[in-house]
Formats: sequence, structure tokens, C-alpha cells
Amino acid sequence: MNESQVVVNQAIADLQREEGALLPILHEVQDRLGYVPKDSVPVIAKALSLSRAEVHGVVTFYHHFRQQPAGRRVVQVCRAEACQAVGADALVEHAKQSLGVDFHGTTEDGAVTLEAVFCLGNCACGPSIMIGDDLHGRVTPERFDALVKAARK
Amino acid sequence: MSVTVFVPRDSSAISLGADTVAREIASQAIRNGCAVRLVRNGSRGLAWLEPMVEVQTPEGRIAYGPVTPADVASLFDAEFLHGAPHRLRLGKPEDHPYLAKQERLTFARVGVIDPLSIDDYRAYGGFVGLEKAIHRGGAEIVKAVTDSGLRGRGGAAFPAGIKWNTVLNTPADLKYIVCNADEGDSGTFSDRMLMEGDPFMLIEGMAIAAHAVGARKGYIYVRSEYPYAEATLREAIRIATAAGFLDHFELGVRRGAGAYICGEETALLESLEGKRGIVRFKPPVPAIVGLFGKPTVVNNVITFAAIPTILAEGAEYYKNYGMGRSRGTLPFQLAGNIKHGGLVEKAFGVTLRELLYDYGGGSRSGRPIRAVQVGGPLGAYLPESQFDTPLDYESFAAIGAMVGHGGIVAFDDTVDMAKMARYAMEFCAIESCGKCTPCRIGSTRGVEVIDKIIAGRDAEGGPQVNDREKNLALLRDLNETMLAGSLCAMGGMTPFPVMSALKHFEKDFTHA
Repeated sequence: MNESQVVVNQAIADLQREEGALLPILHEVQDRLGYVPKDSVPVIAKALSLSRAEVHGVVTFYHHFRQQPAGRRVVQVCRAEACQAVGADALVEHAKQSLGVDFHGTTEDGAVTLEAVFCLGNCACGPSIMIGDDLHGRVTPERFDALVKAARK
Repeated sequence: MSVTVFVPRDSSAISLGADTVAREIASQAIRNGCAVRLVRNGSRGLAWLEPMVEVQTPEGRIAYGPVTPADVASLFDAEFLHGAPHRLRLGKPEDHPYLAKQERLTFARVGVIDPLSIDDYRAYGGFVGLEKAIHRGGAEIVKAVTDSGLRGRGGAAFPAGIKWNTVLNTPADLKYIVCNADEGDSGTFSDRMLMEGDPFMLIEGMAIAAHAVGARKGYIYVRSEYPYAEATLREAIRIATAAGFLDHFELGVRRGAGAYICGEETALLESLEGKRGIVRFKPPVPAIVGLFGKPTVVNNVITFAAIPTILAEGAEYYKNYGMGRSRGTLPFQLAGNIKHGGLVEKAFGVTLRELLYDYGGGSRSGRPIRAVQVGGPLGAYLPESQFDTPLDYESFAAIGAMVGHGGIVAFDDTVDMAKMARYAMEFCAIESCGKCTPCRIGSTRGVEVIDKIIAGRDAEGGPQVNDREKNLALLRDLNETMLAGSLCAMGGMTPFPVMSALKHFEKDFTHA
């Protein structure tokens, strides 16, 4: 049994008795592995008496769940209205340029994955980004570069 | 004798360096040989002054802000621990003009107490509402909630008492209390601030609801974009359980997964059940057939958080705030291009202009404010001619707008309103659950037709004028279809920002 199978089985064992256990299990798997591996879908489906299609449908419905590993750090840039009002569009362009990737893309060195996010609840201090679980406000292009540089370490 | 220093743990403050400031204060205290007790409080909601550090002095709390890590040494040199003068000194927070005129019922403790101290919570009037509720029957509590005039603070503004009454009077072996903490609207952060700054108030409100309708289980559905709020809630529930406040009510936290539609109550219930967040047909309403088919109270964070005050102070007290059929207070959130962004809790009836200028201080860029979107991505864009509209559910509905969750997003005169209209459609296309055609297909067609209008606008010599007229007619037609034919507010209200942009800012659609 490889490491990811151990994680999946553990998540199932810990959470399958919860009501509506599917999302908690998927979160646990992604929190530990960084994504929801394709081969975990039938295992989770069987444990919860669901079809593989149902589990696959849930994984693909939600933006948060990913089916492939991300880079070492996920950088989310807010695209919502409040951040747009203070220059988020320019920050998005800068992010794409400086990382050399589009949204959902990962830099060649595997360090950073760029994602769009719609609102981080920091709307009085935009533009906002989130690196991993760390929120940053009033992010200028220069500050973006500094934060990403620090995150790459 | 140690001095208490408050540094916010609110994620907005952390996004501006509060954690580093807290660490710096701790290490400078050691260096200066001062005994400091560090408390990580919530945010007072003066976002432009964050991180706002407060010091407990014999004269009361004195605030300093915005404090950067580099300022900490000079604060110690200036003896800020005694409330001494410094260029960042703001005086007493409660005297600050931004806070002095607010009516903080729901946010009374936020920024004041340690969010995870149950002793602090009790010392500031916590659990009084729950203790009063325990000695009353369900019908009596529901009557108080009904009499208070409280309406759903998530945005739909449905009378909370009526919802609770339905759940109370629906017999079932099991009932649920569900808190909608999927605060997805851009420009809104009051749910987040409350969960991070006074989580026991939400827990108390939900416990009162459980007692009132006879529910034994509850869930708080928090969006995945709020990791700090989620962690704070989990800890608060653990503490409240250990202290015996949740003996008859099992409360859990569930994390969303980045779907805006899960803020719609029936999609949220589907998601809680472990399914795709697809909107359900109504009726039956969730109050009768809700989570796992059981009668369920689904309310927003701020709705539940208003409950302890109503029980503690009485329905009349709450009802005395507000105007018309909008009773009580709403924590308005000033966001976007605004100089003094933050949280302003006021009774209904305050005007947009007061909030934007008296509190907000105008735009952050210093340019004129040209458009304001109220109520999230499905809210209308208002031009300056409408800034004197009082913030009241009915007054806003009368001008084709909505108060919603109280988010106010300001844009200066550099905004391109055709682009914003396009974005509204694009957002709907990305976030539509896909169940109904007007929303699923209409939003994508909306982006396409606005693109054609913009292309005509931006083209040298442009296409034929009648083409543009045709496309504008098509857009209006499409909006009507979405408005009338969508299953929920996602497709049904996306036309509001689009049509208001077209109505009030038409020149952006005709000239680049």
C-alpha cells in the first residue's frame, strides 16, 4: 500500500460515520496529499455506498478540489469586484507575467500554482491574495513578487 | 504588574502584518524589561488603521495604528504602555469618530474581548440571552424573534421568526440548525469578522434557536476561503462544549469547497449532505424538508448573532432601531475603492452618502466615486444620483437594487462599467450550478453579447450602428429571460448589475 492509499483509507476510517461524509473526506485527503488522486475515487465511493460517478461529480463540481497535484505553494489572487476597484486586474496580469503561467498553471520549477479566487473577505484592504492559508492585503506588484519569492523558499 | 496589549487576530489585520507586530511587541517587551500580557482580540473594523494595537491603561484603552513592525521600537521608546503620545496614537477607540456614532448591537464585543475567552464573553454580557431562553418555551422565544422584526441578514431578508415558527410547528424526530457562513459576496466580511472576533455569540444564537424549535444538531457551513474563521470556530465550540453550554445541542463545523452557489440555502444543504451544490426546487421549504429531509432552520451568521441581544434585551429594544419594515441594525461593510474601509454597524435608514463620505471619507484614490455596488455580485450598480437612498430593504427594492448582506463596493471614475457588466455575467457563468437553463446558458451568452457590444465600441469605424442596437436589444431580452426564468437568485439577479450598468452608465457601452 502506498502513502496516498494509507491517507485515503485513514480519512475514510476517521470520517465515514459523519453525516454527509463525502466533503469532509475529500477535504482531509486534499489537505494531506494536496489533491484528490484519481484512484481514490472508487475507494471512497465504495466506502460510502456511492457510485464512482457521484464522487467524481462532487470532486469536479467544487473549485477547491483538484485532481492533479499543485505546485508546492498555491497562490490565489482575488478577482472579485472590491479588489477590481483597487487594481486587481493589473495585479492578475502582473502575476501571470511574473510567474509565466496562466490561472491553474504551475511554474516550471513546480514551486507555485496560480489560481483565481472570488473574494477572500478582505474587501477593505484589496487587492488581496492568499498563499497557502496566509492572507495578504493591499498587494502591489512589488509586494506580490516579494511574497512569492519568500514563499518559494 | 503586567500591562495588557491588544493586537488583533482578525485575518484582515493579519493580512497587513498583525502577527509580525505581535511577535515584535513580545520581543521588545523582553528587551525593555516590561511585563506585557498580549491579547489577540478581534478587529474593531477600522480597516485602514490595522494593525491597530491597543494598550490597557488606568484611563481606559488607548489605540495606536496602523502599526508596522518597524514602529514597535519607537512605541516602546515613547512609553506607549502608559498611553503616551506618539505619531500613531489614536486615543480611545470608542471616541474615534468612526466608532462613536455606530450602533453596535451585534458587534459590541468584537475587537474588545479575547474571542476565545469564555470569561471575557460572560463579563461582557454573554450567555444572558441563552440563560433567559432556557426558562422559556419555544413558542415564546419564536414570538420574541418575530416581534423584534429581525429579517434574514444573509441577503434575502426573510423574517426569521416566521421561518423558526415553521420549524417549531413541523413535527419530526430530528431537527437541524444550520448556519450559512458561506459569505461569498464580494465586499462583505461581517460574517468573517464576527466568527473571528466573537464566535461565542454565533454559538449562543444557534443554541437559542435549537432550544426554541427543538433541534438537537447543528452545523456551521464555513467557506474554504476562511481558514482562520474555521479554526477559531472549532476552538470556540470545543471551549463552549467543555464549559457545558452545548449539553443538549451537538454543533459541528463543515468546510465549503469554493462554490459561490453554496451560499444559496438549498445548495448549501445539498453540499452539507455530501453532494454537488445544486439548487433545490422550493417548495418544500427547508423549514419543512431541509437537511437530510428534516425540518431545518437555515440562517446567516449575522442573523444568529442578533438573537442573543433580542433575548437578553427584549424584542422591543431591537425593534426600536431601524425604519419601516427593516428593524434593528446591519453591519455595513465599506469596501473597494474607499479611503476608510471597514465595518459600520448602524440602524437601517442611514444613507449610502453618509456611509461613503462621513464614514468612508470618499475614494481611496482621491478621485470622484462614480459607481457603487451594494449587496454583492448580484446587486445593482448605483450612480451618484441614488446615493441619498436610505439603506432599508424596501427603499432599495423600489429602485431595483438590494441591500443584501450589506456589502458596499465603491468604484472611482476610472471604472469601465461595460467591463463590470461583462464581469457580472462571467461570474454567473463560472459559478452557476447548472440546474436551470437561463442561468447556465444565459450567462455565457451574456458574456458573448457584451463582448460584441464592447468590440463595436472599441473598433475603429466600428460595425453598423443597427448591429449595436440589435445587440443591446438582445442583451435586454436575455436579462428579462434570466430574471423571470431562473430557479434562484444566481441567474435571477445577475441581470441587476448588468441592467443598472446599462441604465445609468450607458455611455460606457457606446464609447471606449
